Amino acid sequence: METTSNSSVFLLTVNGQIEGANFPDYDNLYCKYCYVYGHDWAPTTGLEEGITQITSKSSQSHKLIWNFPLETTFKSTNPSGWPQLVVSVYGPDVFGNDVVRGYGATHIPFTPGQHIRTIPMFVPEPTWRLQKFTGWLLGRRPEYTDPKVVAHGEGREVTRVRSQGFVTISFHIMTKDMKRMGYDTGPTNSSTVQSATSSQSRDAQ
Amino acid sequence: MEKMAASSDIREKLRKKRRALQDTLVKNKNEDDIQALVPSAKFNVDNQPTAMKEAEGSDEDPGESLRRTLRAQREKRKTKLLEQSFVQDEDVGEVSPTQYNSPNEGPSSRVDDSVVSTRPPTGSQRGVSVKSEQPSSSLHLDTFVTRHLQEKLRAARSKGESLQQQETSRDSSEPVSRLQRLKDRDTITRFDREADPTSSGRDDDPLTLRARVKFREPARRVEKDFPTTEEAYNFFTFNYEPDRPSKPESKSRKRQKQRDGVEEDDRDENGQEEAEVEEEDEAEEDNQDQNEFQSEEAPLVRNEDDLFVIDHSPQDFVEVRKAEYVGLKKRVQRDRELLFTPSFRTVPTSVKLPENTKPRFLEEEGLYVGQRPAVSLTNENISENRILKMAEGSKWFGDDGKILALPDPIKESSTRPPLFHMDEELDPALQTVYRKAMKSQYANLYIAGATDPEGDYQLDVDVSGLIFSHHPLFSREHVLASRLAQLYDQYLSRQQNNLAGHLTEKLNGLRKALRNMMRIHGEQGSSEALQHRISEYSLEVRNTRQLRDLEQEKDRTLLRSIIKVWKEIKSLREFQKYTNTPFKLFLRRENVDRALDEWEYEGEILKEVLELEAESEEQYQKKLAEYNKQLEEWKLWRKKQKAKRKKKKKKKKGQTQDDTEEEEQEEEEEQDQTESEDPFEEAPVKPEVPERPDIGSLEQWVREKASRIRRKPGEAILVPELCTSGGVTASDLCPRAEIARREDVSRRSLFIKILYNYKEVSRTDSRSLSTDFRVHFGQIFNLKVLNCPHSINLQVFEEIGSSYSLLAQVFVPVPDPSVVTGRAPIEEIEFSSNQHVMFDHEGVGSDVPLSFESDGSNKLTLLTSGKLSCCVSWGIGEEGVPLAPPLSQHPGGTHRGLGHLDAVSYIGASGLYDMKKIGEWAVQSRLDPNDPKNTSIMHLLKVASSGEVTDPDYFRLEHLQEEFNFVSDQEMERSKRFRLLRLRNQEAPEFRNYKFVSLLEREVSDKVFQDYEKRLKEGETIDTRQHLDPHRAVVAKYLQQIRESVINRFILAKHHYQLSDLVIEEEIPSIGILGINLFKLAESKRPLKPQRKERKKVTAQNLSDGDIKLLVNVIRAHNIPIRKPQSSKPGQSSQSAVQGSDWYLSQVQVRPFVEVSFQRTVLQTTTADGPNPSWNEELQLPFNAPNGDYSTGSLQSVKDEVFINIFDEVLYETGPGDKSRATSIHTQIEKHWLGSVKIPFSTIYSQSKIDGAFKVNTPAVLLGYSREHSSTSVYDQWRSTQGGTFVRLFITVEPQLVPGESIREKIKEAEFNSQEDERLLQASEKFEKHAAGGYPDRPCITTVIDLSGKTIFITRYIRPLNPPREFLDAFPNNPQEATSLVARYVSLIPSLPDQVSFSATCDLLSTCDQFLTLLAGDEQEHAVLLCNYFLFLGKKAWLIIGTAIPEGPTAYVLTHEQSGYFIWNPSSGQFYEKGDTFCPLQTVGCLVNSDNVWFNIQENPSPLHTNFDITKAKMWKPFFSRSFSHPGLSSVQPEELAYRQTDKAAAAELQDRVEKILKEKIMEWRPRHPTRWNRYCNTTLKQFLPKLEQGRGQDVAESHRVELQNLLGDYRISGFPLHLPFSEVGPIIEAVHSTGVHNIHSSNVEFALAVYIHPYPNNVLSVWVYLASLVRT
Repeated sequence: METTSNSSVFLLTVNGQIEGANFPDYDNLYCKYCYVYGHDWAPTTGLEEGITQITSKSSQSHKLIWNFPLETTFKSTNPSGWPQLVVSVYGPDVFGNDVVRGYGATHIPFTPGQHIRTIPMFVPEPTWRLQKFTGWLLGRRPEYTDPKVVAHGEGREVTRVRSQGFVTISFHIMTKDMKRMGYDTGPTNSSTVQSATSSQSRDAQ
Repeated sequence: MEKMAASSDIREKLRKKRRALQDTLVKNKNEDDIQALVPSAKFNVDNQPTAMKEAEGSDEDPGESLRRTLRAQREKRKTKLLEQSFVQDEDVGEVSPTQYNSPNEGPSSRVDDSVVSTRPPTGSQRGVSVKSEQPSSSLHLDTFVTRHLQEKLRAARSKGESLQQQETSRDSSEPVSRLQRLKDRDTITRFDREADPTSSGRDDDPLTLRARVKFREPARRVEKDFPTTEEAYNFFTFNYEPDRPSKPESKSRKRQKQRDGVEEDDRDENGQEEAEVEEEDEAEEDNQDQNEFQSEEAPLVRNEDDLFVIDHSPQDFVEVRKAEYVGLKKRVQRDRELLFTPSFRTVPTSVKLPENTKPRFLEEEGLYVGQRPAVSLTNENISENRILKMAEGSKWFGDDGKILALPDPIKESSTRPPLFHMDEELDPALQTVYRKAMKSQYANLYIAGATDPEGDYQLDVDVSGLIFSHHPLFSREHVLASRLAQLYDQYLSRQQNNLAGHLTEKLNGLRKALRNMMRIHGEQGSSEALQHRISEYSLEVRNTRQLRDLEQEKDRTLLRSIIKVWKEIKSLREFQKYTNTPFKLFLRRENVDRALDEWEYEGEILKEVLELEAESEEQYQKKLAEYNKQLEEWKLWRKKQKAKRKKKKKKKKGQTQDDTEEEEQEEEEEQDQTESEDPFEEAPVKPEVPERPDIGSLEQWVREKASRIRRKPGEAILVPELCTSGGVTASDLCPRAEIARREDVSRRSLFIKILYNYKEVSRTDSRSLSTDFRVHFGQIFNLKVLNCPHSINLQVFEEIGSSYSLLAQVFVPVPDPSVVTGRAPIEEIEFSSNQHVMFDHEGVGSDVPLSFESDGSNKLTLLTSGKLSCCVSWGIGEEGVPLAPPLSQHPGGTHRGLGHLDAVSYIGASGLYDMKKIGEWAVQSRLDPNDPKNTSIMHLLKVASSGEVTDPDYFRLEHLQEEFNFVSDQEMERSKRFRLLRLRNQEAPEFRNYKFVSLLEREVSDKVFQDYEKRLKEGETIDTRQHLDPHRAVVAKYLQQIRESVINRFILAKHHYQLSDLVIEEEIPSIGILGINLFKLAESKRPLKPQRKERKKVTAQNLSDGDIKLLVNVIRAHNIPIRKPQSSKPGQSSQSAVQGSDWYLSQVQVRPFVEVSFQRTVLQTTTADGPNPSWNEELQLPFNAPNGDYSTGSLQSVKDEVFINIFDEVLYETGPGDKSRATSIHTQIEKHWLGSVKIPFSTIYSQSKIDGAFKVNTPAVLLGYSREHSSTSVYDQWRSTQGGTFVRLFITVEPQLVPGESIREKIKEAEFNSQEDERLLQASEKFEKHAAGGYPDRPCITTVIDLSGKTIFITRYIRPLNPPREFLDAFPNNPQEATSLVARYVSLIPSLPDQVSFSATCDLLSTCDQFLTLLAGDEQEHAVLLCNYFLFLGKKAWLIIGTAIPEGPTAYVLTHEQSGYFIWNPSSGQFYEKGDTFCPLQTVGCLVNSDNVWFNIQENPSPLHTNFDITKAKMWKPFFSRSFSHPGLSSVQPEELAYRQTDKAAAAELQDRVEKILKEKIMEWRPRHPTRWNRYCNTTLKQFLPKLEQGRGQDVAESHRVELQNLLGDYRISGFPLHLPFSEVGPIIEAVHSTGVHNIHSSNVEFALAVYIHPYPNNVLSVWVYLASLVRT
């Protein structure tokens, strides 16, 4: 509506990639992503939405790898409505119909640095068992009216969902002017701790 | 165990062999190597028996030393383990030089290698390490052994060592024999360890073996001096099995058999040791083996030394024999002797159980028997058989004759959840993450945010001892003795305190001071203060004296009772003739100077007497004073009485008497009076004169007291001394009962359990009870404390034999953190127990009455009691740091419990404590402000007194809310940014989609709020300027308010989500749909007649500008007016019509095109020809939502309309230009408006598509055009009678928006309250649901919502209502005319769809009076009003709920007249016959009248095919039927409508204003061109308009038009009147704009505009605008 060109903003740069997913039961999946953010946010560069290639599992690994890069910069005046990444995974069912295999969302990490997020994915369940059958038969599973629903809390209580798998996303976060504006999300030592523990666990293994 | 034993055995053998070899080598060292080996080997062989014998003989000695060394070794084990690594390093160094010493270095080293390679992995592995460790560990052996070994090392460890290794390898590389041997060894080892006598047999066995195997190599060497590498290899890998000598073997086996038997017996005996050995670690095992070995070898070596050095040669050890075959039978027999094969068969139960017992069946007996682990029957039988062979095998069997077994421990289901297995890795979420172990914060309750979480605290509990003051085993003497001891203790403590002495001194001091004071100030006369002090002093003296007397008396009685008890003891001892206790009391006499003593005594008495006298005198004085005072009062009172009586007497007697007489009389009468006359007035009792104290008796009393409590003067001071020097009579001299008691005592022992926080942490050793009933423990327990100490409890237990019982518990207070070990004194804590104990011996027992008197009187009951001396303190760390919790963190502060009450006061130092009380207390207790202990309290008081601190007397709901507010409320209010954020959050319309609220306060501009504030302000004031009509302004305002309130209701409903809002799901398919779907599979992919497919719906929320397009498909039009031939002469028009056929053919009738304008975007189709054009064009218009808000609510409130205008494109030749006259023709294009269709966007949005033929709104008069066609075709003629122009359109929105979901359901959920009966509502819901289920496309409405949001049944709206009077009066004889007038009146009320007014599809139905007041409403309201009017007019009328074009779901009115059914469109006032195909009504859903609702259940819902006979049950389903009768619903409509006449002057004024505004607007729309108004034309047009109004828009103005043309003559005129209901100016302007009249840009154009407003009752205004353009030709 009104763009405050000369007003002060802070910037959030999201780099990273949708690394892959772990759907034990499904194969040949692709992933869509989009961002959901509040009124005070606007993307300045980069793609706001995207769709990955279709990937299938190899004989050795049962992971689906997309390695789909994300690169978006947001500007904002208010941390309220911090962007969320919404991913939805689709793939063919036994009859070749494209059906949804999972929805998931995560907030973009606050702290600068590298983060890995594993998002549990879920799909809405049919209301009736008969619908489940016909849905399977006709290849029309229930879908959210909008994938962005999963980024909001409102109205979710009317749905029932079933969990499906995981999507792993790595983020590299940079922020600009956050601290100057009085928002200190600077890297706590948690990230270092995390890396330390992970290395330790690796050592332990 | 076995393995270990085996390996140790091997090692042992190796050692022996090596020793032997070494010795031989030592012996032959000086000889030539090659030569020496051979003879020595021979020698060995020869001497073998000797060696054996020697070994045998020496066995006794090793047996002894072995045991000894073993013990030594075990003790050293630990230290050795530590040294192990170091030692091993040493080994390498030691071993390697010895190898260099070896004469034939090359082969030996090679041999070494091969040993390593050929050695089997098991069994012998240890041999290596042992070998290497051996020398080092020898360091730890006895000095003897060490010396021995060192000697040997020095002497001869050269080649021999490598040879040994070969032996090892060879041994182990004999697979067949090894098994056998391992077995043998196994048994041998066992014997070794305990060095049984039977082990004597063992030694010869290994020796033989050793000898046999060992020196094959030297033997070979004799033949081949230097073996090559290959040979060496062969040598080592070769199997020497056949060489085995059979004789010693079998011999040894025989022995082993014997041993087997012995061994099994021994096993149990050895059990303990074995167990111990088993416990050792793997690492230790090595060590141990080695140790054992060494200890074993030590003695052997010593023997060997003697043995071999002298007379053995290598030959001694070598024996060459043939292989011996053992027959199979023999072997089997031998095996049978050796081996035991348990049988598979079931063992009979009788064998398993002890004799003569029957097996019990525990389960049947009702005992719980757990499930036994599953073992196959065979295995069970085998093991049973095996167990039975064992000694004491039967103990393995239970009462039920089965092997004892614990219940099956295996759980039925696994406790671990199954993981689903990916190949390489787990789910990332399930991956194990290493976390460092953390100390639990909670366990350590001491640390409430303490600085040192690592701090560990230690409590030292010192239990030093126990003394019984009474014990059940006390004899009588003991009882007395303990009493004596107690008294003596008391005496000692009193003596130490010397209270009496102190008090005496104090008394003396006080007396002295008093005396001094009297003396100094006595003469000067006493001042007030002095008097006071003196009295204070004397009071003090008196108190002190009393105290002293008390103490002295106590001392005296104590001394007396001590002596008394001692006497009792003495008499008891005499009586029982033995002593039990060593106590003896001496009384030391201290003689005193009698004279001095007496003087002091007397002086003391004197002083006391004097003081007492003074005191009593003083008391007397006081009493006297009091008496005087009272007397005074009494006298005063008597005087009054007297005066009274005098008056009375005067009255009575009237005479005077003598004074004296009088007085006497008075005395008498006074008595009477007080009794009789004055009973009411209490007379003060005449006080009695106090008695003078008897001074003489005082002295006597004092003396008596003194003699009681004090030593008599001159009497010696008695000092008792208790000692324990007395002897106790020996037991044998005592009577039997006493002996029994003493024995009982000696049997008892005591121990103490220490319980920390009710958990036993430790216990003392058990100490026996001594004869003096004292127990000394003297143990200190260090408790590492993690949890906050709550209690420390010492439990005293008495142990008799193996049983023990709790005597008493002692709770020790938790020490203060400052109490540290070493500084804490030992405390004596008393305890007692109320156990009842009685004995038959001398022991007095406990809780048993006991008497020392001979007559049994004066009984006392004694309870077990005693004193426990112990000490609990905090430990001290290494650096002297006390291991105590920090002082400040000491738990249990008073504030802790209270702090929970109010968190705020807990956080801040505000007053939860009652400061006033604390202050009062501080004043009362006279706290010393300078005492450092009190600093905190004083500080607190100071702080508290400085500010007002009050305890909140209210309850805080959210304790800490204020603490977490990051700004104050005022700041929140003041900040523009916060205000903006809050408004956005509240969804204020202006800020609902406000983006980028500035980050900084200063960047928020003030302008942001301008609109909002303006709106708020406008809320109060009505702006009449914008509305031309003041009434409308009020209405608009009212509407706005209703709208807001309804919106607020809907905000709630909107946040109420349903599944369909979130999830797109297939409908539950019915069988039919399934069938269709199956049928679809066979459908051709590209059908010839494609059908419109359902498009995917898009929710509005993720749309942005430019995403939505409005698609208008203009297909064709019918019956467009055609041009009239233009003639310059007025009279020719008719003529031209006559000669029309020619003209018609040559001339184009009309060239229409369609222009669609929406949101000021204008698009047009191509131009077509003729009155029935076909365009078939699609126009795309962009759509922009207001404020970029694409939410459903916002889209619904879009008021924009789509204008579809039909124009005629007219080409005019403007005549040749001046210059290019010959070459070019200038043509001018003009477009003439022919008609328009308006479709509100909200209709399109809610219906998602609109498809159909729309009647074009054509003006009543179109100048220059006529609708008359010269065509004679039947079709056209028929059409023309319809008198309308139609255009066929298909309009939709791309992408398809999800239409605003019917909020009806949500409203129900949001609980709009209703006054209707619940049953009715349920029935209506059911009815509607049923209707929707059966006929989804037919609207059915039974309930509606009124303006206040209540649900109301629709029939309540139908009621006959009176139309304005003037309509009825206008045509009194023509009801038909009246009907049409009424219909017109209704249609003149502006239409406003509910969607627009209430921003959501919500059927709000206002009543007719509200409707007439608001002057706005949708079709339903129009229909209701019209229906009510018709009912008033006596017609049969119904409301039709159905769908129409273009409105969608709407309401029409049905009337029934003689001529048939008529359908009325209430918004336009037009009516259609039932059979009219152009009736916009498409489906008839239901009919409503005041009685009932009928739902249409006919096959075809179109009005054409509908039978409107509602009595037919097959066609109409009534709501109220027999089963659910009409409950008699009253109407919500008013009984009568009141109309007020509209002010005509106001209408005229409005008319002028509208005209002015329109003229201005047209000029404004033509900014580049001058706009000229043709005044003449204006006035002419103005005259036409009232006529048009009268004709109700009928085409009556033909004559006027002709007239106009006559008037204008030279002008080419095109124009039309527009007719509108009046609501606001805006729509009028919009309508004028859409005609595009202003777009004529020719230079010589003139305009004409006339406005006429006709007022109808109740401010219903009919607006006519005549618009024309004139071009001068």
